Amino acid sequence: MYFQPEIETMPRAELQALQLERLRESLRNAYENVPLYRERFDAAGVTPDDLESLADLPRFPFVVKQDMRDNYPFGLFARENGDVARIHASSGTTGQATVVGHTAADLENWGDCFARGIAMVGGTRESTIQVSYGYGLFTGGLGAHAGGEAMGCTVIPTSSGNTKRQVQMLKDCKTDILCCTPSYALLIADTAIEMGYNPATDFQISGGIFGAEPCSENMRQEIADKLGLQYCDVYGLSEIMGPGVAMECAERGGLHIAEDQFYCEIIDPDTLEVLPDGEVGELVITTLTRECSPMIRYRTRDVTSISAEPCACGRTHRKIGRILGRTDDMLIIRGVNVFPSQIEQVITEFPEVATQYQIVLTTRGPLDHVELQVETEPDFPIDEVRALEDLRGRLGAALKGNLQVAVDIKFVEPKTIARSEGKAKRVIDLRGETH
Amino acid sequence: MISQLTVFLANEKGRLAAACRTLADADINLAALFIADTADFGIVRIFCDRPNRAAAVLAEAGFRASITPVIAVSVADEPGALARLLGFCHESSMNIEYGYCFSVAGGTAVDVLKIEGEGAEEVLAAAGFTILAPEEVYVVDED
Repeated sequence: MYFQPEIETMPRAELQALQLERLRESLRNAYENVPLYRERFDAAGVTPDDLESLADLPRFPFVVKQDMRDNYPFGLFARENGDVARIHASSGTTGQATVVGHTAADLENWGDCFARGIAMVGGTRESTIQVSYGYGLFTGGLGAHAGGEAMGCTVIPTSSGNTKRQVQMLKDCKTDILCCTPSYALLIADTAIEMGYNPATDFQISGGIFGAEPCSENMRQEIADKLGLQYCDVYGLSEIMGPGVAMECAERGGLHIAEDQFYCEIIDPDTLEVLPDGEVGELVITTLTRECSPMIRYRTRDVTSISAEPCACGRTHRKIGRILGRTDDMLIIRGVNVFPSQIEQVITEFPEVATQYQIVLTTRGPLDHVELQVETEPDFPIDEVRALEDLRGRLGAALKGNLQVAVDIKFVEPKTIARSEGKAKRVIDLRGETH
Repeated sequence: MISQLTVFLANEKGRLAAACRTLADADINLAALFIADTADFGIVRIFCDRPNRAAAVLAEAGFRASITPVIAVSVADEPGALARLLGFCHESSMNIEYGYCFSVAGGTAVDVLKIEGEGAEEVLAAAGFTILAPEEVYVVDED
């Protein structure tokens, strides 16, 4: 089931022609109306007319979050106040807030993008959609709301909070689709169970659109099982639009990018070179239709890969994989991108090993050497050297299989690894210091 | 079965000394100490008085220490005593994980064995081997 079949299943060649046409227009909008882009393009020696094919886009410079902070609040707007219908802002928890403006047409496109995800979980204009994302400057609530309205659903704007009432609405109003963060979905499910319901069978709900925070595979499964629904992962960021930039179809092999609205690239965050489809790197997004806040080659710092494999659902838009982490956390070991979260995931599969760990990176000759320091759980039979060696072998093999990098495992004494109240220092990078 | 104190130590300078100092400060006397070492870590096996208390003292000081049940067999301090014991174990299909021996005063020796599985002690006793009780080897814990 599609929301906009002509767009969602558009043949690739036709889609690329549409992207090129819209990309030129977007570059022009940015160049002509936003001083920062004009300066940057001029400095790089390019003008929008230099874009002859999509392959020319890497000639254009990147923008980053700091550019938005530096131009707070309206410095990157390409429209005057009269044309701006709404603004959203990022939380600013890690610095100056960033403001993004939307024209009426921008909001309409946003609603369409999100509505495609509603269709992906089987929603139609007959469906009831409950939006339990927070409403406000955060894009989650109003983004999902716009999607529901675009589809013509009955929208229940519960916003977040008052979880018992959420459950009551879910039950009484026969909600079909729930939209919220994964952690809130789980809380709603658990609250319903506490209230004596089995939401998987007692409630009508059949679909969920969850995003805006990371979610492990286990948690995702738990949510789907407890609520009895098809889980749709939604990707988005307020700098680019909000939820709906990419959404996951029933095939579960990744999230279809709204490629008629966004042009995505994957780059190596160190060399800044564009990587081919399938390779893991930083996601860079260029908006194709946004009027008020065009973003040209915005570095999201989110790490994923793009798949161009045809999807059984019939949509032709390429897919991004799940977000593996942020570039800030990424380690490059022997040329392979490794995230501490991947290591953590493997460790949690070994109950014999304590969850505290430390990665020590050194250089041995020309090669990076990775040592993972772990402690065994207190009840592990430390008397048996064989058991320790066996554990070391199994953990090493699991890590090698998962990371594609050989890891030397070192069992350490308790308390060797510093416990931290807040964020633990998991990685000690001594490369370059030891030769 | 008797209680052997087992301590996991990083293969680093000073760790063994620190562990022994901790036991000394708790006034625990060691009768024997053996080390199995690997590149990264060592497993230290200790016979000492009040082993449960010793393990608790070490754990409190941040060491990974535990109690391992092992079999102590008293044999004559003469050629062939160990060979006879091990020969019997082999014939009885006992798998020995590790072992060590030490002589004690009075012309006897103690052969300590960690044997895979359970029931080995009974089989050895039934075959006439002299199995040592904890109080014959060390001062047992009071509680």
